[in-house]
Parts: sequence; structure tokens; C-alpha cells
Amino acid sequence: MSKQPTRTIKVDTLARVEGEGALYVKLKGDQVQDVKLKIYEPPRFFEAFLRGRHFSEVPDIVARICGICPIAYQMSAVHAIERALGVGIDPSVRLLRRLFYCGEWIESHALHVYLLHAPDFLGYPDAIAMARDHQAIVQQGLRLKKAGNRIVALMGGREIHPVSAAVGGFYKAPSKSALKDLVDELKWALDASLATVRWVSGFDFPDFEQDYEFVSLSHPEEYPFNEGRIESNRGLDIDASEYEENFTEQHVQHSNALHSVLRGRDSYMVGPMARFNLNFDKLPDVAQQAARDCGLQVPCHNPFRSIVVRAIELVFACHEALRVIREYEPPPVPRVQAAARVSTGQAATEAPRGLLYHRYDLDQRGLIASAKIVPPTSQNQKRIEEDLWHFVSQVATRPAEEITWKCEQAVRNYDPCISCATHFLRLHLERD
Amino acid sequence: MALRIIGCGNFDRGDDAAGLLVARRLHALGVETLGVEIIEQSGESFSLMDCWLGFEHVILVDATAPRGTPGQVQVWNTHADRLPEDVFPCSTHAFGVREAVELARVMNRLPQTLLIYGIEGKRFFLGAPPSPEVERAVVSVAERLMMRVSDSLIQTPQRPRRDIFG
Repeated sequence: MSKQPTRTIKVDTLARVEGEGALYVKLKGDQVQDVKLKIYEPPRFFEAFLRGRHFSEVPDIVARICGICPIAYQMSAVHAIERALGVGIDPSVRLLRRLFYCGEWIESHALHVYLLHAPDFLGYPDAIAMARDHQAIVQQGLRLKKAGNRIVALMGGREIHPVSAAVGGFYKAPSKSALKDLVDELKWALDASLATVRWVSGFDFPDFEQDYEFVSLSHPEEYPFNEGRIESNRGLDIDASEYEENFTEQHVQHSNALHSVLRGRDSYMVGPMARFNLNFDKLPDVAQQAARDCGLQVPCHNPFRSIVVRAIELVFACHEALRVIREYEPPPVPRVQAAARVSTGQAATEAPRGLLYHRYDLDQRGLIASAKIVPPTSQNQKRIEEDLWHFVSQVATRPAEEITWKCEQAVRNYDPCISCATHFLRLHLERD
Repeated sequence: MALRIIGCGNFDRGDDAAGLLVARRLHALGVETLGVEIIEQSGESFSLMDCWLGFEHVILVDATAPRGTPGQVQVWNTHADRLPEDVFPCSTHAFGVREAVELARVMNRLPQTLLIYGIEGKRFFLGAPPSPEVERAVVSVAERLMMRVSDSLIQTPQRPRRDIFG
């Protein structure tokens, strides 16, 4: 039997992803021997920090988990605690929460599409290099992101780690006129999002499809942000309170993030592609038409086309923000009071990167007895590794530099929130 | 002359507070009475680019990576110098000062003058106080900036120049 050379591809620090991660791929000939997405960012123990804190403090504490998607953490937290305490919110507050989420999706998706992922498709090492040749495009991306930032700043008091979300509503509700000030820019953003769909759908996509189990919230009437059942394309249909009966987290030695799997099944995908595939009919006409016009198939099984799906979700978020602003009437009170009681509440909402699950156990004083938080990236982590197992074999005969680039691109399909890195990569290639 | 001074950093991470401390010291010294605007900023790229929009002259103060000479101050004129990666290492959590400058450069969004004052840090761990070396440098930089403002010395240098002091 011939002895095939072994190649090991290591990316010590993944670039243009959120946070600190690395990639290890071992090849024997063109056969994949091992793949590890290593998340070495230290454990942050937020669930432990929360113990003993009053429920009213939770939205501000969990916002600190992520500088890119703090609203997602706030929304999952307030909904879980409101369910625990039996709090009903005003319909206007519900609208405001959707608007708040629109802001986060716009800023997060614009950042990822334009500055983190597009350089991969156009052959640039980073957004700065891309901007030299595509200044107007990058300008458009920055302005789109800023449109999202404006919503977040107005609703949350500031752009990063907003402070207005509260159990029962908001500490302050914006006036109608303050929201109307956003309209012109959001109309521009909607047009720019449609242009984004046209732009990214013209990229060259690897021919790569996988048979995914997609998991996302599904709501009978709307594209999901804050509410809905947790559903999949393979028959999962549960309330958030059943999440822990259906999903479990596994520790793996090479990662400080737990791998989440469906009990009795295996890995699954959350995020824009899952939402899009399970909720296409809930998208507004303008977003559905944009998807059809660019030839995006439903369901989409090519993860590299997630950049197009994100652009479609930009269209949705801008359109939805404008709808909310049109329909908004300020609530009688921005926040209803919540009375403490011994209780448990679970909720899942849709962070830009996918399903975000929270559970809180409260004591009679309203202090957190225990908390559980399952972010989208830990849910996607095993799926990312499986994508790489299959994808690397397609490119295994290519030069190491190209394999590395393609692997990183495949990781960035998921916009993993380990947080943004812009390091140059150190590549180690070992040959027998 | 529209001049804005931007202090960047994080009060919760030791010497990373250097830029913010300079901004506060300048405020205490009354620099705003000379028509200068001061702003504190995290150092996140895109907000930074917005921060200097509309200002002809901008001075940005931030901590730089440890290189064995804590408290040393370097000054870069961004129209003449590129910011070195090893001095302004990128964060794993956001685009930072170097990325803001380089992106603005290629997009023609740099102000007429953008001087970067970098104060070399020593310790950046969570909850640490600023090191004595950086505290001394903060005083020195604030005084130097007050002098520059008072003497209307904010001008684009005619040739590439990189000051080192401290």
C-alpha cells in the first residue's frame, strides 16, 4: 500500500470572525483525517455571574456578552423573565422590540456582508484592500451599518451595549417624531439592501451543498425575531420551554464553547439560512421578489450563498423597520411592572447569527437562582466542522494557501460570533 | 480651525484607559475654552470614522501595545505615516484605530490633519489600574497638547515626521 503524504493545515487565529478561534485540518493525500474548529477564547462564566442578581439587572448584564449582538441577549432575557413572571407587554412595546432587533440585524449583517465576507469572494485579504478597488461599495456598506446603528442608538440610548431594554418594556419609549427622523435613511437603506442582493448574488459560489437540519423560530404571521415556536425542516416543532428536552450541549476537548446537538439526532444549522428556508413565505413581497430575481433557490443548501440570504434579510429588516415606524403609537407606559415570584422562564429569539436560547430560574425575591444561555455559535459549531470535513475534500489537491483561504471562507459562512478578528493568519503546513 | 481631540480606550483594562485619561485631563485643564472639542471613544473603527467627520484637524490619543518602554509616547502624522500593526495590534473583538485610519485613507475620509498620540501601555488586564509610567505619560501628553492648542501649532507637518518622547 502506498504511503500517502500527510498535510496539516493550522490557522492559529481565524480572521474576520467574532472572537478568538483557530482551525486545524489534517489531510492524508486528499482524504480528510481530522477537522477541529478550536474556540480558545476563555470561558466567560456569564451564567454564573447572573446567579444572585435581581432579574431587573439581567438585560444590562447579558448585553455585555456581545458587542455585535447585545440586543439579542437582551431580548431573549426579557422574554424568558417575562414568561417566568407572567408579564404581558403592550403591543406598542412589542413593535418597538421588533424595531430594536431590525437595527441590530442591519448593523450586524451589513458588517458581515460588506466587510467580513465579501473580501473572500472578491479575492481580497480584508476590507481595507477591497476598499481600494471598491470604494463606493464599501461606502455603501458603512452607511447601511450606520443606518442600523441609528436605530439601536435611538432605541437603546447608545450604539454599543444599549441600556434601555427592561423586563416589561423599555425604560423610555421614543416619540413618533423621533422614529420618523429615521425614515429617509431607512428608505435609502432599503434600496441599498436591494442593491446588495444584486451585488452579492453575482459572486462566484463553490458548488457545495449539504443535507442540513435547519432550526429556527417560526411564527404563523411574521418573519421571526422575538416570538414563535422552534421548528426544523425535519419535524421539530416545540415551545422554547421544551428546548432542553430536545437539545443538549457536549463538551469537546478542543473548544471552550460547548457543541450543541439535537438529542437522538446530531448537528443542525441555525442562522439566516435556517430562518430563510423555514420562513420564506413570511418575508415581505419585496424580499421574496429580490430572492427570486437573483435566482436564490428555496430551500438553499449551499452555505456559501448565506451571504445572499443575509442580504435578503437586510431587505427584510429595512422594510420591517419602516413598517414599524409607520404603525407605531407610543405605549401608555413604556414599561409594566413585574412582581417577583418563584418561577422558571425560557425564551428563544433570533440573533443575527441564529437562535439564542435563555432560561432563568427565579426565587421569591426575584433573584436569579440559575441561568442557561445557548448562543447561536455554539449551536453551529459542530455543523461548521462537518461542513469543513466535506468541503476540504473538494479542495484538498489545491495549494495550502488556497485550502486555508477556502476553509476560512467556509467558517465565515456562519458569521461565527467568537468576535471580530482582523489578524493576518499564521499558516503551518506540515508534510511527511 | 475646527479641532477635535479624541481619547480612546477602556477604563476597565488598565493602561488601555490612557486616551480617556488624557481627554479628561484636557477637560480639567479647560481646553474646551480654547474652542477645542473633546470626545471619549471606545476606539471602534466605524464610530471613530464618524467621530472625525466634519473636523479639519483631529488629534487621537490611544494606548499602544507593550514594547518594553511603558509610558513612551509616539506621534504619527497619518498623512505621512502608516500606523504599524505591532504597535496598534488589532483587537479580536472589533476593528480598531489602525483599521479606521487605513480604511479612511483608502476612502479619502481622513481629516486634513490627523495626529495619533500613542502611549505605550504595560498592563491591560481586566480591573487593573493604570501603571505609574502611563499615568505620568498622560500628564505629559495633556500638557503638550494644551501647549500645541494654545500656540495654534496644529498644522500638517511638511514632511514625514514621527515624534517619540516620554
